[in-house]
Amino acid sequence: MTFSIAALELRRLFLSPLAWSMLAVEQLILAYFFLIGIDNYLTLQPRLAAMAGAPGITDLVVAPLFGQASIFLLFAVPMLTMRLISDERRGQTLSLLLSAPVSMTEIILGKFLGVTTFFLILVVMIALMPLSLLLGGHLDFGLFAAGLLGMVLLTASFIAVGLFMSTLTAQPAIAAVATFGVLLGLWIIDWVGAGRSGDYGGLLGYLSILRHYASLLKGVFNSGDVIYYLLFIATFIILSIRRLDADRLQH
Amino acid sequence: MSDTGDLIRLEHVYRYYGHTCALDDVSFTVGKGEVLGLLGPNGAGKSTALQIISGNLAPSAGQVWINGIDLLDRPTAAKAGLGYLPDQPPLYRELSVDEYLAYCARLNRIPAQQQRAAAATAKERCGLTAVGRRLIGNLSKGYQQRVGIAQAIIHSPAVVILDEPTVGLDPLQMREIRALIRELRGEHSIILSTHILPEVQAVCDRVQIISAGKLLLNDTIAGLQLRMRASSLVVGLRRSPPSAELEGLAGVEAVEALEEGRWRIHYVPEHSPAEALALAAARHDWGLYELIPERMSLEEVFVDITRSDPTEQAQGAAA
Repeated sequence: MTFSIAALELRRLFLSPLAWSMLAVEQLILAYFFLIGIDNYLTLQPRLAAMAGAPGITDLVVAPLFGQASIFLLFAVPMLTMRLISDERRGQTLSLLLSAPVSMTEIILGKFLGVTTFFLILVVMIALMPLSLLLGGHLDFGLFAAGLLGMVLLTASFIAVGLFMSTLTAQPAIAAVATFGVLLGLWIIDWVGAGRSGDYGGLLGYLSILRHYASLLKGVFNSGDVIYYLLFIATFIILSIRRLDADRLQH
Repeated sequence: MSDTGDLIRLEHVYRYYGHTCALDDVSFTVGKGEVLGLLGPNGAGKSTALQIISGNLAPSAGQVWINGIDLLDRPTAAKAGLGYLPDQPPLYRELSVDEYLAYCARLNRIPAQQQRAAAATAKERCGLTAVGRRLIGNLSKGYQQRVGIAQAIIHSPAVVILDEPTVGLDPLQMREIRALIRELRGEHSIILSTHILPEVQAVCDRVQIISAGKLLLNDTIAGLQLRMRASSLVVGLRRSPPSAELEGLAGVEAVEALEEGRWRIHYVPEHSPAEALALAAARHDWGLYELIPERMSLEEVFVDITRSDPTEQAQGAAA
């Protein structure tokens, strides 16, 4: 049942111009970043060739590209997750799901999977750019895979927050703004501790959604980072289920 | 609860919105093959009641059984036997009718090999076969309403709940929808809410009048028609006798003179003096040319019942 809901969610996304334009804009912007990265690399290449143990193209082009992709995702995810529940509530289509023999968990997981599938397509399209370098060179696949995993986990975390915000309101715009606020807040939360090595810098640093991504982009596969994202996703999915269930109880 | 044969059973259901009481101790049952009409003025609690029965809203207190399954304990199992059309049909405008119904079939856990047939049957019953490939958003209001009904009956649920199914339709479409409801009654129990009174007379077996969250009347259509029989006659006489002579007839309580030799005769309920009157008119040559038993319209009964209640409440509060 979860998959039926996810499939419809994905289908409806592609019936709206928003999804297509998002994919188009993403390709344009990130292709430009990719071009800049390649260009810089080509300028540096003579000097790198002389260095022993110099960083390769994966460090200098792919990791920054994935880093820049996260900025794009920060803007893109709230725009697609905002309508998940709130739009159904406003259009009064939610009762179709609520009077069908489907549990709240299945509804929320279906919605989550539907949008996540869309963003997986987007992530694959981003990954195709560095893969095109294989035509004339080779990549550090360990680093590439760690970065890709990081991007998938980061995106899924963004979506989980967006889904939860969407269950809170009947106004998609409010859900989008709230999602953006929370994500940006988690993005900059460790900036206060930057430059100092205080205790609270450590906690805020742990909470920072980007720091775990940064370590994956460096190729450091720390299970703590992966667990952070998985816990983050699970928390917001459970909160969403609880919130949708509470809908029946009070108004 | 299943052994009673009631497909829907509500027991002492209350629902509060903040401090407002939307449903106040509502209990009723609907049997198999029965069409129940829920009547009430705006804001009476009809939609709240239907939302609770359809599992969209939890009651503040009380219990609901669908097909013998407790809706609050086992919601998924109970909802499998339930089709619901809210006051606004829950349609995805960007889908075609076929896509939408296929999704509803999957959502209602119809086995994969039967989904296509179920969708086709629902389309045929609701007269949607010709518009299957069109986008729901481009359909007229009447057709959208039909898609809403198709969605509610696609899995042949035991219980069909329709919240104002004919609102906003033209008279022709209304008739078609009513015909459809009559056709559905055979294998389903149907609850429909409406504020269109003739609709209740046309399609329902039983009527419940709800006002300010309270169930005021629970009666069959025949019982309602009995209530509609007022206790008065209008007679037209060419050569009227003095009113005392009419008052002298057995069972007559009061006589009221109307224009041109017509009289309204109020009588003791169940003791119509019509026969005696005709006999007397023939014997005394009054020139009887008209004899009409008066009936209250459903509207008057409705107004009567819903209006009398607030005064009772006020008296209760004062005491």
